[in-house]
Amino acid sequence: MESCNCIEPQWPADELLMKYQYISDFFIALAYFSIPLELIYFVKKSAVFPYRWVLVQFGAFIVLCGATHLINLWTFSMHSRTVAIVMTTAKVFTAAVSCATALMLVHIIPDLLSVKTRELFLKNKAAELDREMGLIRTQEETGRHVRMLTHEIRSTLDRHTILKTTLVELGRTLALEECALWMPTQTGLELQLSYTLHQQNPVGYTVPIQLPVISQVFTSNHAVKISPNCPVARLRPLAGKYMPGEVVAVRVPLLHLLNFQINDWPELSTKRYALMVLMLPSDSARQWHVHELELVEVVADQVAVALSHAAILEESMRARDLLVVQNIALDRARREAETAICARNDFLSVMNHEMRTPMHAIIALSSLLQETELTPEQRLMVETILKSGNLLATLINDVLDLSRLEDGSLQLQLGTFNLHAVFKEVLNLIKPIASVKKLLVALNLAPDLPEYAVGDEKRFMQTLLNVVGNAVKFTKEGNILITAFVAKSESFLDSRTPEFFPVPSDNHFYLRVQVKDSGSGISPQDIPKLFTKFAQNQSIATRNSHGSGLGLAICKRFVNLMEGHIWIESEGLGKGCTAVFVVKLGIPESSNESKLSFMPKMSGPQTNFTGLRVLVLDDNGVSRSVTKGLLVHLGCDVMTVGSSEECLHVVSQEHKVVFMDVGIPGIDGYEVAVHIHQKFTRRHERPLIVALTGNTDKITKENCMSVGMDGVILKPVSLEKMRSVLLGLLEHRVLFEAI
Amino acid sequence: METVPQLQRKLGILDDQFTQLQELQDENNPDFVVEVVTLFFQDTERLLNELARTLDQQTIDFNRLDAHVHQLKGSSSSVGAQRVQTVCVLFRNYSEERNIEECLKCLQQLKQEFYFVKNKLETLFKLEKQILEAGGTIPVQ
Repeated sequence: MESCNCIEPQWPADELLMKYQYISDFFIALAYFSIPLELIYFVKKSAVFPYRWVLVQFGAFIVLCGATHLINLWTFSMHSRTVAIVMTTAKVFTAAVSCATALMLVHIIPDLLSVKTRELFLKNKAAELDREMGLIRTQEETGRHVRMLTHEIRSTLDRHTILKTTLVELGRTLALEECALWMPTQTGLELQLSYTLHQQNPVGYTVPIQLPVISQVFTSNHAVKISPNCPVARLRPLAGKYMPGEVVAVRVPLLHLLNFQINDWPELSTKRYALMVLMLPSDSARQWHVHELELVEVVADQVAVALSHAAILEESMRARDLLVVQNIALDRARREAETAICARNDFLSVMNHEMRTPMHAIIALSSLLQETELTPEQRLMVETILKSGNLLATLINDVLDLSRLEDGSLQLQLGTFNLHAVFKEVLNLIKPIASVKKLLVALNLAPDLPEYAVGDEKRFMQTLLNVVGNAVKFTKEGNILITAFVAKSESFLDSRTPEFFPVPSDNHFYLRVQVKDSGSGISPQDIPKLFTKFAQNQSIATRNSHGSGLGLAICKRFVNLMEGHIWIESEGLGKGCTAVFVVKLGIPESSNESKLSFMPKMSGPQTNFTGLRVLVLDDNGVSRSVTKGLLVHLGCDVMTVGSSEECLHVVSQEHKVVFMDVGIPGIDGYEVAVHIHQKFTRRHERPLIVALTGNTDKITKENCMSVGMDGVILKPVSLEKMRSVLLGLLEHRVLFEAI
Repeated sequence: METVPQLQRKLGILDDQFTQLQELQDENNPDFVVEVVTLFFQDTERLLNELARTLDQQTIDFNRLDAHVHQLKGSSSSVGAQRVQTVCVLFRNYSEERNIEECLKCLQQLKQEFYFVKNKLETLFKLEKQILEAGGTIPVQ
């Protein structure tokens, strides 16, 4: 036997089995070699494969396994030792690599598995996000629809447009078959079909409000699905063959201005609702989605707001129109009132003049007539005319005064006057009447009563005369006592005049006059009426008296103007009465005494006219010498001229006054004045120019003023007048006697 | 013989103006009244002559007439000859109306009044003079 390094196989070689093994090994090797190739190919193709080195390992393992099986092919027959060694190394390597791979796979497979789960998870997530996106998109679309609808609805303030637009837009957005609005009627017991989308003329189809389905809708502020068969939804005849579409109803609150109080928000209980009914198209499988319902609810609210705005606007427009109308009416009334007042004032001023003029004529002429020779009957007639005329004149004056007093346009004419003299004069005026009635009139002036006072002499006398006259009028027998004294503030603490607190000051004092009579008296309830216009005490005793009842009213107003108070006290009928008035008078300053030189009782020596150089122009010799005599008597240095040329020749700065007669025909006194003005341009150099004229018309006065004369005096001039004229001239440099 | 007040009140011959004139008389001007009145007499006589002459004309110049009467009116009012003044007023009215007949009548009346007052006043002055010469004083009315 030869010893060869051949290795004998362990089992006897079966021909068939060996063949099959041989082929299988071959194919295994082939597959094992091709798998890595495939792997490499596909991995190269793919972008991501994290486990490259695992691939290598795996490839190696596969290759070696293949190699092993390939080498196994040679071991079926006799093979050399090299083959055996190669086989062995291959197997060893294969073992190593496969163990390593096995170990590796323990780590890798869980990873791979987890990748798979993650992938699944992500897929789920993506699906979820998709769903949500879809939802958001629908919501956004809903919102867009709502905004558009709102915009449409709110862009108009007209009710009908709002409601119509709502239905149209809703119909479009939600693709509705029909859309209807039911409004509550006036009575509130029924709902009336007011607006529909497709039917052009909804007939006044009403439905009672108490239906359960309607109450159900009204109580919820959500859109409620209702049955298509209920009365509110049965608007059209069923056109489709199948089911009518789903119907939804929602309430629309109708807000009214009255719902809004100033401090509260509207109360829900007083709300009225309209019903909006929306129908999906029939024969479609559409259903109301939640977002669509939400859309409907939002729209319903918006409609409510828009309607309330429209309502409020309507109200405010109506209120504004009303105000405009009222304003126009008020304006007209005001203008009418103003016109009336103007007319009245015009009337008064005209009447003032027109009435007084004839009155003056009557009174003046009748008094003149009185002084001529008359038979006794004539004298009686003239006296009656005079008396009536005087009465009428007084009445006219009273009425005109009163209206001026009420206007507030009467103003007191203040001046210094002799208080004692006023009382004495009133006494003198009243004495004749009193003596006829055999009444005793006594005057008691307090010793501290000032002799002079500052006030409106005329009206004070008028008041006093009126009060005393009333006392005399209403007293049949007995006596009348007039007391006057300065009022101290303590004497006013009686209850009759609680609001009157006079406070004497340094230049004012309050004069209190009381006129007490023993006449018929006045009952207490009549006392307040005494001072009202035209109200006369109608007792029998007074029926014979005259007067219009204005007297006391005017007195009261005068007294008020003098910041005083007047009242009457009486204990009752037949017990006499006392009239009291308090007026505020000013205390004249001592320097005012000099002004009293205008009083006629101031007589005597010349004042400071000595040496006053004057010029007299008069062509009438007699007149001239008389005027000269007057002025000489007053102490002036008089030069006389008989013509205007002479006057202009002679006049100089030394002459302080120039008296010229302007009634002379032939000599134009006005021209002389103009020339004098031209000659002496400076005011203090020019002599004062005074015109003497017998003309009493205004034209003369105006002419004199226009040529620049400083004064006009009426002829004949008395001594006193000349004295006062000179005084006035020198003091004020101007004197215009009232003509 | 009437006193001035009597002349004033009863007869209306003189008015207050005369009293004014009397007041103007004092020791500086002792003969003031007499002077003025004399002047008045002279002036008036002249004016009356003028008036007579004017009214005698064929065509009467009424403006001139008016001027004269105006003068006379002024003088008489300055002196206080009331009645003369009143006639002058009437005269002026007729003159404006160009009523010659009435004017002539007025002239006559003027002369009458004037001579009347002249007479009275002259008598008055004579008496006053006599009193003064006798050493008495004239009471101021």
